[in-house]
Amino acid sequence: MQAIARPLARAAPRALSRAAALSTWSAVPAGPPDAILGVTEAFKRDQDPRKINLGVGAYRDGNGKPFVLPSVKKAEEIISQSGDKEYLPITGLPEFTRRAALLAYGAESAPLKGNAVAVTQSISGTGALRIGGAFLARFYPHSKTIYLPTPTWGNHTPIFRDSGLEVKGYRYYDKKTVGLDFEGLKADLQSMPEKSIVLLHACAHNPTGVDPTQAQWIEISNIIKEKSLFPFFDMAYQGFASGSTSKDAFAVRHFVSEGHQVALCQSFAKNMGLYGERVGAFSLTTADPEEKARVESQLKIVIRPMYSNPPLHGARIASTILGSPELYSEWEGEVKGMAERIISMRDRLYDNLVAQKTPGEWGHIKSQIGMFSFTGLTTPQTKALAEKAHIYMTADGRISMAGLNAHNIDYFSESVSRAVKGDI
Amino acid sequence: MSISAENWGEVPLAPPDSIFKLTAAYKADPFPEKINLGVGAYRDDNSNPWVLPVVKTATQILLNDPNIDHEYLPITGLPQFTAAAAKLILGADSPAIAENRVVSVQTISGTGANHLGALFLSRYYHFGEEGKKVYLSDPTWVNHFAIFRNVQIEPVTYPYYDAATIGLAFEPFLETLRTAAPRSVFLLHACAHNPTGVDPTREQWGKICDVILEKNHYAFFDCAYQGFASGDLVNDAWAVREFVKRGVPLLVCQSFAKNAGLYGERVGALHIIAPTKEGADRVKSQLSVLQRSEISNPPAHGARLVALILNDPALFEQWKDDIRTMAHRIIEMRKELHKLLTEELKTPGNWDHIVNQIGMFSFTGIKTEASLALTEKAHIYLTTNGRISMAGLNKNNVRYFAENLDKVVRGQL
Repeated sequence: MQAIARPLARAAPRALSRAAALSTWSAVPAGPPDAILGVTEAFKRDQDPRKINLGVGAYRDGNGKPFVLPSVKKAEEIISQSGDKEYLPITGLPEFTRRAALLAYGAESAPLKGNAVAVTQSISGTGALRIGGAFLARFYPHSKTIYLPTPTWGNHTPIFRDSGLEVKGYRYYDKKTVGLDFEGLKADLQSMPEKSIVLLHACAHNPTGVDPTQAQWIEISNIIKEKSLFPFFDMAYQGFASGSTSKDAFAVRHFVSEGHQVALCQSFAKNMGLYGERVGAFSLTTADPEEKARVESQLKIVIRPMYSNPPLHGARIASTILGSPELYSEWEGEVKGMAERIISMRDRLYDNLVAQKTPGEWGHIKSQIGMFSFTGLTTPQTKALAEKAHIYMTADGRISMAGLNAHNIDYFSESVSRAVKGDI
Repeated sequence: MSISAENWGEVPLAPPDSIFKLTAAYKADPFPEKINLGVGAYRDDNSNPWVLPVVKTATQILLNDPNIDHEYLPITGLPQFTAAAAKLILGADSPAIAENRVVSVQTISGTGANHLGALFLSRYYHFGEEGKKVYLSDPTWVNHFAIFRNVQIEPVTYPYYDAATIGLAFEPFLETLRTAAPRSVFLLHACAHNPTGVDPTREQWGKICDVILEKNHYAFFDCAYQGFASGDLVNDAWAVREFVKRGVPLLVCQSFAKNAGLYGERVGALHIIAPTKEGADRVKSQLSVLQRSEISNPPAHGARLVALILNDPALFEQWKDDIRTMAHRIIEMRKELHKLLTEELKTPGNWDHIVNQIGMFSFTGIKTEASLALTEKAHIYLTTNGRISMAGLNKNNVRYFAENLDKVVRGQL
């Protein structure tokens, strides 16, 4: 715009600046590759035609392909016809957050009916956890420690630590039974300092697939009530676990109906297949509308300096589906379909492993719930499976059942059988 | 009713965002001639939001592409997007790109880039004895203060706007650069300064660069208006490219909210220039760690749209046209307003800054009381610092605005 003669280039400062620049990042250490996402990267580099990716938790159809839900496709067509690109409010698309809360808490929920649920759209489940962690670190008056089940999703720890909370563990998974260490869990809840924050996977525990039964959830709720612990729910698989969104919300709804105040993180990555569009919500049940307003005002203060306001596209899709009786019902059918394909893979894997006389107990494959299964394979075994059989999973033996299908399940079960027998 | 009613009892009510308050008041106002000049989003000649034609085309392409799914993007974002975004701001022939020294991460628009850049500096930059500080222009976008405080970097200001001349406080700016401790971090608006619209000339940028190099300062560029400032993408990138050429250690925050009209889709990128490729790899690995514990990976849709637009020659040409449409409408409004004030109404004072300032915003030069009077008496909504969004003006309302601005300057409103 302005044609001004440029000053002569100066050589000396450039050399000086290079030295200065060299020192700017010279002390930055190389960060570790992400454990979970690194599995996909190793898989991509592998050229073997038999390779199987059982790492990341993204649903695959019967042919191993990503699955765009038909209801999602329809919703996308609808929203493409109108609408602008204006900024959403800081707490997101109001129709989306309203419908997301309804989906989780249920129409009969007292705090929802009483307009006492503070809810914000979030960057999928990760973003919800981060908002929740930061909000609790700032405003939860009774404790700055959150207890996570052992094991838990690998990203939980860095999220909560970076939010400013101290992270500790409670017993959850029993290696010996490949099931829930219920006595250990209860004992640890009992011995936690009162009013500590407890993270609970609402359904389809990641990575184990081991969930408490409804009777066990009721007991857990009672202990948490006795100790005045704060329940922080992570619900990333509503609908995906059993095929029914209301069944999968049992724990959350039971706690709320028992009078607990809760925090809830919701993700629509899996149940709507919206992974990369980053659709989620974070909510807190509060005492009344006045408290809800105060809490929401502070949620905005957490969000604004991080990213101002959330992305439109995925929230519009989700809202369109949840708000249309036809699409909602189609979607419920699609979620059920995904859950059922996974359950059928579990059954088949179990049958194969037993037929191949694979040493050990394999009932957990069928009793575990959701996308993941803790196979019980050891780290050396998982390594061998990657190197010799081109089968990729996380080092803790977690497999994504969604990565299995009719074409690869026999190769998979044979390879696992050989790995367990030690002759892979 | 609930067990622990005292969990959130002490949470204080936070004040609403000031722009939000302004917008809400505007919406509630029944006055037919009301004007919203607070909005930081482009409006067409009928005051409507404008989805760029090229964005509509790209949207259809995506919709009809059977290979598009909703899978997770990599942590650092869509590669076709980040690579093209880097070329856009740095130049396709940038030696920094050729030497693999540029780390590009897709972010949640400009705010996300500012936040991630600030967070990275907070963790890894060697601040001097004065501790973690950043120099922000006085004034600057209000969210800059919150962004840096949020990552424990203390914001301090450098002189920028000269109310007396309604222009750049150039000498005081340079003086602050000189007297700041060596290796200080300075946030620079790449073009179309928000909120003043006052940009340094190229000669002034050259002198700013000289001092930054002498003092080994770090340049934190915020580029939210490339293309939108002058109508020309290359022209608006001049300052950033000059600094890269001259070897200033820097990062650039890039937003596609305004120039692609993609506001709510949250499309942005952070580019950090490292001295070596090896350094770039290490920086990238740490940015990934930071990104993972906040969002895991960025949103796909907006990035796919921009990737299409940047990588397809025909779409890229269409986009440049659409940008010119927006920039030129704004420049026309500036000229029209200036003409009304100086030729027709003969409003007291010098109004040349209206046409000299650049971008979406203009600092009119009127004081708080006058701004408030415009709102209360004339139903014209603007921020109390006298800033107007030129995008809120159009052929239908510019006269009404000019007449009332004239009245308030004369004390007759």
